[in-house]
Amino acid sequence: MRNILFELKEGLLIALRAIRANKIRSALTMLGIFIGITVVVLMSTAIKGIDNSFQKGISALGTDVLYIDKWAWFTNQEWWKLRNRRNIDMEDYEKFKELAKLPLAVAPVTSSRQTIKYKDRRIDDVVLNGSNSDYVKTTNFTFDQGRFYSEIESNASRQVAVLGSDVAKNLFPRGDALDKTIKIGGANYKVVGVLDEQGSSILGSYNPDNQAFIPIGTIFKNFISHRRNSITINVRAQNPAMIEETKAEAIGVMRKIRGLKYDEEDDFTVNQQEALMEQYNSVVGVIKIAGLFITGLSLFVGAIGIMNIMFVSVRERTREIGIRKAIGAKKRTILAQFLLESSTICLVGGAVGLLAAVLLSMVVDQFIPTSVQIDAVVIAFVVALLTGVLSGFAPAYMAAKLDPVESLRYE
Amino acid sequence: MNIINIEHIAKVYEVGLEKVHALRDVSLKIDKNEYVAIMGPSGSGKSTLMNMLGCLDTPTSGVYDFKGESVSTMTDNDLAKIRNKEIGFVFQTFNLLPRSDALHNVELPLVYAGMSYSDRREKAKQALIDVGLGDRMHHKPNELSGGQRQRVAVARALVTQPSIILADEPTGNLDSKTGEEIMGLFQELHEKGNTIILVTHEEYIAEHAARIIRLRDGLIEKDERVESRKVLNTNSASE
Ligand SMILES: Nc1ncnc2c1ncn2[C@@H]1O[C@H](COP(=O)(O)OP(=O)(O)OP(=O)(O)O)[C@@H](O)[C@H]1O
Ligand SMILES: [Mg+2]
Repeated sequence: MRNILFELKEGLLIALRAIRANKIRSALTMLGIFIGITVVVLMSTAIKGIDNSFQKGISALGTDVLYIDKWAWFTNQEWWKLRNRRNIDMEDYEKFKELAKLPLAVAPVTSSRQTIKYKDRRIDDVVLNGSNSDYVKTTNFTFDQGRFYSEIESNASRQVAVLGSDVAKNLFPRGDALDKTIKIGGANYKVVGVLDEQGSSILGSYNPDNQAFIPIGTIFKNFISHRRNSITINVRAQNPAMIEETKAEAIGVMRKIRGLKYDEEDDFTVNQQEALMEQYNSVVGVIKIAGLFITGLSLFVGAIGIMNIMFVSVRERTREIGIRKAIGAKKRTILAQFLLESSTICLVGGAVGLLAAVLLSMVVDQFIPTSVQIDAVVIAFVVALLTGVLSGFAPAYMAAKLDPVESLRYE
Repeated sequence: MNIINIEHIAKVYEVGLEKVHALRDVSLKIDKNEYVAIMGPSGSGKSTLMNMLGCLDTPTSGVYDFKGESVSTMTDNDLAKIRNKEIGFVFQTFNLLPRSDALHNVELPLVYAGMSYSDRREKAKQALIDVGLGDRMHHKPNELSGGQRQRVAVARALVTQPSIILADEPTGNLDSKTGEEIMGLFQELHEKGNTIILVTHEEYIAEHAARIIRLRDGLIEKDERVESRKVLNTNSASE
């Protein structure tokens, strides 16, 4: 054991000498690994960032929430069949609320994209939701300022609004949104609450921070015809474990409300985020694999570079190898020397690459929330080391089995 | 006791379809503290024989016993150990590591022998002092003269205190005066009890030895004692 450590240490010193003696060549080889590691770490970090923000966005929808809707999020039915379904209206909601026993909370929701203004500031394309005061119970909302609108405000269809954090930040950079009067589509609204940040999602339309809420009566009055538009009924189960039971009950209740016969198809869909998740995984999974594969290729090119240089290096140092063998270096000593050389080059290249990835991820972070995690660091080092050993092995083996007499004669 | 005992050694190289008989049938015994010169025309097999004796190469046929142990049955690892501990090689072209200084070149065999840093530094320094290069330890080979390079090589050969020193035309790349200096070193080593075998083309170099073996076409033509050995005044080197 001590012998092996000794040989390793001496081999490392010899490898370091060789690297120092060929600074430019070593640096160029490191560049290959450096780029490879940088790109791989950056890519895996970015993928993780995308994943995280999607997870956040999707869990803002709630793992324990069902969405009863005229439209299905994912379906294999023809769209015109769905279009021909009857709208879900407030009456359906009232009946549902009365009949469904399992839900923790039930709220009607309808939305439209609107521009919100405050003095000379404006923000376009905000998802303006109309709901009642029960809506907050179907979410995990926490408040930065104020509160959700009350039952009284909601029932009376008052001109009040609750803002998502991005909306509030944009309109009120100084953070003094509460009790201010904003303008949505010509009418004035009083801000009664501002939500905490929920984590912005890269999936634009799902950004839960770019929303605002007003009473559902108000939205019908000012923006949406309640005759022509179908609402969504958000149903929150008592806990995620009860979601299937709650869904089964919801389907039964809805069929009853809609007066469907036993042989008629549902004319509504109970959506849940699980389906979104599955869809996401099947699409993004492919992109992820492709991304890692392509960046992995650059690492592979770096590895081939190392192998190439090491072959050249062995050839160039044939005489040196002969000398070393003549004075007593064993096969494994020579093998270790060259393996250590390639691994050291890779490790140094990998470390620099990692550093670059950390710095670059701070830039990327401006667009996609990312940060290099400890597991990426570990993976980068393992990959660099493996690259070094694997790409160094063939040249090192060639060096180890050189014939001493012939290599001494080599010009 | 014989250090070297070879019997009916042959070495055949195959170049394409042709067979080159570098050594045909050579038998030889060399005792402790002998000083042997090997001579012969170019291509007669001198280097081939030296490489064989130095365990750098293995014979095609024949028996080689080194200190009573059969070399032909040894593994690569065992051969490396013998080269490291028992044999000190000096080459015509010095064969120093070009990017390492004299001290590192000399300590390298001790690295492979597994000696600790401080011990081997000590020994390498002493060896360099012994060959008169105490003031050139941190010079790289290209910062040394030919004679000094060969001294470094000699220091490297003797630093492990080997049983035998093999030198293949050690003066071949040196002018005659520097060659004499190197021969002075060998003479000192011989006087200290070392066993030395050297290859040379020059009669006046061979006359330093006590025994001359003449090769021709891969065979021993003559194996003779030197009547009038040339003995140098060796004060020049160190002491
Ligand atoms: N690797 C080899 N492949 C083929 N033939 C070889 C090889 N090495 C040596 N020979 C041949 O073996 C013969 C002996 O060579 P060797 O090097 O031993 O001669 P030498 O006596 O040392 O000559 P010189 O005085 O020129 O150094 C030569 O004919 C040479 O061509
Ligand atoms: Mg020769």
